[in-house]
This record gives sequence, C-alpha cells and structure tokens, in this order.
Amino acid sequence: MIYVNGRPVDPGERPTIRDVLLAIDIDPDRAGIAVAVDSEVARRGAWPTQIVDEGAHVEIVTATQGG
Amino acid sequence: MSMDGPLVIAGRTFGSRLLLGTGGFTRMATLADAIDASETELVTVAMRRVEPGSNGSLLDVIAVKGIDVLPNTAGCFTARDAVRTAQLAREALGTDWVKLEVIGDERTLLPDAPELLLAAEQLVDDGFVVLPYTSDDPVLARRLEDAGCAAVMPLGSPIGSGQGIANPANLTLIVEQAGVPVILDAGVGTASDAALAMELGCDAVLCASAISRAADPVAMAHAIRHGVLAGALARRAGRIARRTHARPSSPVEGMAELAE
Repeated sequence: MIYVNGRPVDPGERPTIRDVLLAIDIDPDRAGIAVAVDSEVARRGAWPTQIVDEGAHVEIVTATQGG
Repeated sequence: MSMDGPLVIAGRTFGSRLLLGTGGFTRMATLADAIDASETELVTVAMRRVEPGSNGSLLDVIAVKGIDVLPNTAGCFTARDAVRTAQLAREALGTDWVKLEVIGDERTLLPDAPELLLAAEQLVDDGFVVLPYTSDDPVLARRLEDAGCAAVMPLGSPIGSGQGIANPANLTLIVEQAGVPVILDAGVGTASDAALAMELGCDAVLCASAISRAADPVAMAHAIRHGVLAGALARRAGRIARRTHARPSSPVEGMAELAE
C-alpha cells in the first residue's frame, strides 16, 4: 500500500510513478502536474522508471485558483 | 521606480502594471473576462492536490489568453514547505518564477519574516526568480532584496481584508530604498487603493479578492486597471505638496471695489 494525496492506494507490485498515476486515473502525459515522493520532487522524466516504495507518501499537485 | 517605460522584472517586460490573482472567482468564465478587462499579463495560481478526473481548465484559460503564470506558495507556514511547493510548481508549470508566501498564522495571514527570508535565500540559490509577499517593513524588504529577490511585494493590509494601504509612510520608505520593483500585494479593496499605491511610487499592484469578490468582478477589473493607470500617471505628473493652510488659486490682486 502507498498513500497518494493522503489516501491509501494499491497500484500493484513495485509500481513506478507512472503506474501510480494510472492507478488513480490521472493521465501521466497531462501537462501541469508535478509529483513528490516522500517530500522529494520527482522529475517528470523519472516517472516511467522510478519505483515507489511500499508505504511511501506520494503527492500529486497542479495549479488551482489562488492569489 | 521607473514609470517612463514598461514594468521590468528580472529582465522580463510587462505592458501592464496590474497582476491578477486567480483566487476567489466563482466561475472560470468570469475569470477569463476579468483577465481581459484587467489587461494583466501575469496571473497567480496556487498549487494544490490533483482531484482525480479533474481537467486543467484553469491553465487552459490562462494559456488561451497568452499570458504568464506566477505560482504562489500560499498556505505554507515554513520555509521548507514553501521551497518544496516552489519546486513542485517549477516542475508542473515550467516556470522558475514564484510568488513566495510564508504565512505566520491563519488569522492574520501575515508573513513569517524569518521563515520568509530563509525561503527566499534558498530559492534564489536554487535559481528561482523570487517575488516575496512581505509585510510593510522597510528593513525586511531590504533584506529580501539583498537576498537576491527580483521584486518585493509589501502588503497594504492583510490578505483579503480590503482595508487598503494601512501604512503609506512605510510603503514610501520601501519605495525610496528599493532597487527592484515594488509591487503592492494584498489589501486593495477598490480602484482608489490601487491608484494610491501607484501614487506612492509602487511599480505595480497585485489584486485578487478586490476583483474576484467584487459584486461585478469584470467591472472592478476594469476599474482597478484604470486606477493603476491613473496612479502611475499622477506619480509621473508630480502632485503638489500638502499644506497646512489654504492657498488661493485665483489672484488676490485686482479685486473690484463694489459699493455696499
């Protein structure tokens, strides 16, 4: 189990960041999103290969309205 | 301040001296119309968790308008969180510009000066163009500039309060000493507040709630655009000195002697 934006998600064995995004129905090719794994920013180029460890906390953010 | 040419921040030129915050608009279409009415070329956005299945309509609106996006670090209470948020924004949006906010408490939303300065130093070191939201403290503004910030953004009064410019004397001190653009950020309630900021020598004004939460946001965007323009023109024109007593503008000589 890993935690994506605070919610438990089971993306299968040794998921990449790309796998995690797909598991919660987010298009990995979508512009304007960024990912942090355990508070470290994961560059987009690493998403297809970087493995997300069991128990990791993944944050996926985008731009929203704000001053 | 240089009012004779366009606004220049970190080498980038802007035709408009009004920055628009995108927060508080209840409809995306209203935001789009307000962008047009304001003639802004730079709009702020916040970074928040993606909602699964949501689309990127905000970024789409901004892209259609062909203007630049300035991510903020709103909601961050520590330098660490603000730096991480700026790094996520850079990754998500492809910009190394950031409106740096590090807040001290939720009730006032006033900046936390030590954390703000620490975050500014770290982000400048990391290659960011840092525009810090700061209190109206001239010493802190100078420290932020010394840290390498590309502008300073003092508040007029607390975020979303609409109280206008609470301390014009401090704002004047910040303008006098600044070697980078001064952008009034927070507190504007209506067009006259924006005009006053420019009359005091600010280089630009950032508005969010004053426009987005107005009864007619698009009309207020139009009004504040003109407020900024009027204030800038008045600053350039040079206001008269304040006097204690009246001074007639009509001649005191040559009065007709009229019989009773």
